[in-house]
Amino acid sequence: MIAFLVKRLMHAVLVMFVISLLAFAIQDNLGDPIQQMVGQSVPESEREELRERFGLNDPFLVQYTRFAKNALQGDFGYSYFYREPALDVIARHLPATLELVFASTFIIVLFSVPIGVYSAIKPRSPISRFFMGISIIGISIPVFLTAIVLIQIFSIGLTITFFPEGTAWGSWLNSFFSTQGNMPSFGRGGGTVEMFGYWETNFASWNGLRNIVLPAVSLASIMLPLFIRLIRAEMMEVLQSDYVKYARAKGISMRRVYFVHALKNTMLPVITVGGVQIGTMVAYTILTETVFQWPGMGLMFLDAINRADIPLIITYLMIVGVIFVITNTLVDLIYGLVNPTVKLTGKPA
Amino acid sequence: MTTTTPSVPGRWQRFRDSYLWYSFKRDYTAQLCFAIFVCLVFAAFSAPLLAPTNPYDLAQIDILASELPPFWIDGADANYTLGTDAQGRDLLSVILYGTRVSLLIGFGAVALQALLGVTFGLMAGYLGGRVDAFLMRLADIQLSFSTLMVAIVVGAVVKASFGSSFYSSYAVLMLVLIIGLAEWPQYARTVRASVLAEKNKEYVDAARVMGLRSKRIMFRHVLPNTLSPIFVISTVQIANAIISEAALSFLGLGMPETHPSLGSLIKSGFDYIQSGSWWITLIPGAVLVVLVLSINLLGDWLRDVMNPRLYKG
Repeated sequence: MIAFLVKRLMHAVLVMFVISLLAFAIQDNLGDPIQQMVGQSVPESEREELRERFGLNDPFLVQYTRFAKNALQGDFGYSYFYREPALDVIARHLPATLELVFASTFIIVLFSVPIGVYSAIKPRSPISRFFMGISIIGISIPVFLTAIVLIQIFSIGLTITFFPEGTAWGSWLNSFFSTQGNMPSFGRGGGTVEMFGYWETNFASWNGLRNIVLPAVSLASIMLPLFIRLIRAEMMEVLQSDYVKYARAKGISMRRVYFVHALKNTMLPVITVGGVQIGTMVAYTILTETVFQWPGMGLMFLDAINRADIPLIITYLMIVGVIFVITNTLVDLIYGLVNPTVKLTGKPA
Repeated sequence: MTTTTPSVPGRWQRFRDSYLWYSFKRDYTAQLCFAIFVCLVFAAFSAPLLAPTNPYDLAQIDILASELPPFWIDGADANYTLGTDAQGRDLLSVILYGTRVSLLIGFGAVALQALLGVTFGLMAGYLGGRVDAFLMRLADIQLSFSTLMVAIVVGAVVKASFGSSFYSSYAVLMLVLIIGLAEWPQYARTVRASVLAEKNKEYVDAARVMGLRSKRIMFRHVLPNTLSPIFVISTVQIANAIISEAALSFLGLGMPETHPSLGSLIKSGFDYIQSGSWWITLIPGAVLVVLVLSINLLGDWLRDVMNPRLYKG
């Protein structure tokens, strides 16, 4: 266990070193930060002075060492645009993204487990086939398109005039398929409540909850089908195994066999994939936040790129790198703990 | 007396006798998807012949005819079947041209991924040792960051460092490079796994005893036997590459609006959705979904056929 931890730690440090090097290497090429900070009218001599003051004229290695030394102390430099420490800017945007990820994880867990288990137990039932069909469609729709469709249906509203208006059933069907479109789809809305002094939450008021529904559903829409299919596939494999047949032969109630005996072993690979997917979700938050103008880290990152706000870009990359490395290590650890047959150190058996 | 030489079946006959063709004949979903896919590819690549107008030709664009609805809505213009976008371009023409761009990038990126992934996967699997450890560690790290994330970051950095105008003029090439570089580990892993299974078989030993060079054994002897998993993931990878391209374009890191792909059409239409012109964004979106869905379903079918072990109920 200790050997594994040390190995993972060294691995993590190496990865972070490479990320920091890459992240830092881009700064030489990314636009002219001085141009972004000051207006057109500032003379060249003052620009040169600013460049000297920010150390932008030093050689690469000198700049990198300075950056790494400061970064280790939690100082990632000042954002050119916000004119405050980059880490503070990230910290301010982090809660919005975390709440979004949390809300969609909640949706994913709530729906994927029952649907996955059901369609594994009854693979040929029409309901299972329906969910499998929906899930392959879900995989094929990019997350931003789901978001746009949701906005059209629930925020702008649909007026269906497809069915003939004159007949009773036509008008009824038209009004049945038309939607009101009163869900908020822009930012976090006014419904956020402050907690612990700086964390604004969407979960504490009805208005806030309404604001998070559409973004969270969009973000969940890309992962939900994956998890349904994964849980179904694993569960079907587990149901074929001898110990399930044995439990069934012993006369244990089917519900107990499914939900206690089988589900436990189904969840093993789901945990690994799930952990890795949390990382993937960070990428999708960029898309979701762009569509809904959700003021989280993803939107901030895109804005930072358009503004050539180098310290902010680098800090974002480093923070995301840390998130990825931590989740991957945790997943490996948890997997090793719940499944003792896995040799953590990778020694041949 | 006539000697009965066993007739060697031709390629076509072998294909007709194969399980692949047999299951294709019986699977209506696969047939439908294949038909849709072929139609879309055909329509896209013959866009200059089929499209009513040329969206790249500024002289054919009428700004006064902008935001016209498709034909089934009141106020439509008969000249524009699917309506027009905010710049007055005929939506049907832009979609045809856009699908061509999306497909081109999808195929190009997958070709690059396959080239890199197969080469690295073969090297890692066949040579083993340090090469294997290095390449697979690299693949692990890259995969743990999710390919879309890598593509977004690389795209953003490349765009910022070369400037928007340079990026736009080489956007197709850039996107192929970015998506290709971001997703090669998928191929490398698959190929490596099958190479490890093949490596210890007798025909490889025989080739080695004959004194053939590693390179020849890898590409001429081992590679042909790892083709079916490569084939299977290629379909899924094309769908993924098209989605990645659309995502990058949607974020403004892909094709420019003057030379749109499906993703940039969706992006440019999104600005007008609040004013009620939903068709500018949702019709290209629907085309994108149909394209990706048909490829994904074909991929599903192919996986079932080529990998009977994974029989699904």
